[in-house]
Amino acid sequence: MAAILGAGESMSVLLETRRLSKNFGEFRALDDVSIAVSAGELVSIIGPNGAGKTTLVNLLTGLLRPTAGEVLFMGRSIAGMGPVTLADHGLARSFQLIAVFPQLTVEDTIATALISRQGKRWHLLSRLASDEDIAARAREVAKMFGLAERLATAAAALSQGEKKLLDVASAFALNPQVILLDEPTSGVSTADKHTIMQILLAAGRQAGVKAIVLVEHDMDLVAAYSSRIVALSAGKMLADLPPRQFFSDAQLIAAVVGKQRQH
Amino acid sequence: MKRAAVFAAAGALALALLPMVAPAYYATLMIPFFGYAIALLGFNLLFGYTGLLSFGHAMFLAVGAYGSALLAGVFGCKSFELVLLGVVCIGMAAALPIGFLCVRHTGIFFGMLTLAFGMLFYSFLFKFYHLTGGDSGMRIPRMDILGLELAQYSKIELLAGPFYYYCLALLIITALLMWRIVHSPFGLHLRAVRDNARKAEYLGVHVHRLRLAAFVISAAFGAAGGAILGFRIGLADPELVYWTHSGQLVFMTVLGGFSNFFGPIVGALAFTLLQDQLQSLTQYWRFILGATLAVVVIGFPAGIAGVLDLWPRFSARVKA
Repeated sequence: MAAILGAGESMSVLLETRRLSKNFGEFRALDDVSIAVSAGELVSIIGPNGAGKTTLVNLLTGLLRPTAGEVLFMGRSIAGMGPVTLADHGLARSFQLIAVFPQLTVEDTIATALISRQGKRWHLLSRLASDEDIAARAREVAKMFGLAERLATAAAALSQGEKKLLDVASAFALNPQVILLDEPTSGVSTADKHTIMQILLAAGRQAGVKAIVLVEHDMDLVAAYSSRIVALSAGKMLADLPPRQFFSDAQLIAAVVGKQRQH
Repeated sequence: MKRAAVFAAAGALALALLPMVAPAYYATLMIPFFGYAIALLGFNLLFGYTGLLSFGHAMFLAVGAYGSALLAGVFGCKSFELVLLGVVCIGMAAALPIGFLCVRHTGIFFGMLTLAFGMLFYSFLFKFYHLTGGDSGMRIPRMDILGLELAQYSKIELLAGPFYYYCLALLIITALLMWRIVHSPFGLHLRAVRDNARKAEYLGVHVHRLRLAAFVISAAFGAAGGAILGFRIGLADPELVYWTHSGQLVFMTVLGGFSNFFGPIVGALAFTLLQDQLQSLTQYWRFILGATLAVVVIGFPAGIAGVLDLWPRFSARVKA
């Protein structure tokens, strides 16, 4: 397994699911899925629409409660931990559907994460505009994601691609240990997808991110950047393999990618 | 920012000069404006900055007035500063459990819950006659200001003179305090919660705790405003907490513009003057006020402050 992030990292398991299942009423969205994400890895979760990818990400980040099984982050069960505690412990995420603060500027959006990161949440009377720590770091993060020229622009006025980058940039600003990216390149032209992936990896290394979990449809990206591929279909785990082995299994590709292409 | 300071300084100067150039009647008319403006600074922290619209916020103004009646009338506290401090503490203490129950809901559910608590308080004030005086209310005796008895002043002289400047100073202090709050890291987190609570949570923002903090702070400002209203009339009246009074707070804020820091202050001023003029002109003044609100909401959703903001001379980006 190649260490995509931070070469020389120990391969300790950071994020793990044990026999994870999720039902929505009668419908079983996820069935007995066990995966482990170690330091240095970029794990891609793939599968056709409705395979349970976003359900898995939502379970991994505590947005949904599992019907059975458990999620462990740094060896501790995340049951009962809210998103804020998870963020404090170093787990961040971006969303499949663009999630920004429409009225906040790019700088303020990134600063929102930095305030949490720097423990300044309850500073009621200090002037944010004169906090150089936050301003400098916000500029740095914005520059990393190509948003330096847009610092004073409200998120609502950004292009779709820029909004997507801002969503991801604000999650990176938390300097998380693990980050889950739910289709970070959706809605972006094919030519730009590789650029975005390069930005994400560079930002990950710079921010000290130890592992990335990526939900992605584009097989070129998955093949080029993953250290491991987890394939889901109809809520079940079909494979958990390095890319080379995954793409050499024609039957597996037909089961996952073939179906996907029909959609 | 600089223009916001100029705008605020010009407004403060105009208010400071008013008692010297206008009849005493207009100066006394400004007392409820000061009370409402202070209360609305808090109300808008909750509405404009946190995205929670309360339909029961008048209960905190009533806490301010009834708290004054209790502390000054029943317990005999003569110092208005101590009474002010006392009602702010009572307001915050009352807001803590109410807010705890309300802030887990948003939108119409938050609005209805706050309305319900407001009406519960109204029923309490109305029905527990032996404690609250029922529909007669509770008398609020005249208090000392800054340790001065000011007995030589008639009520009008007091309201148009020392108490006027006292309230103006209070408005300036509370506005500066609120300006700091909304421009602090805490203030930015509130705006993040308003725009997208789920995203905010994943950026480490304590959504519920922040909403509760905003609720409690807004209650403190509401109680301070209520104490000023009570001082002027000398009576704590159950009508203060009736739901139409809460609606009036919403009206003023929308009229002035809730997305602008100064909007609620402008709204309080416009409403006070409009109501006074209309009442002297026609008995159908409520009808005209209602029509005005409809015109503002449809034609000028950013309120009066929004219109001023578009005007080149006032294009100060005073928005937070």
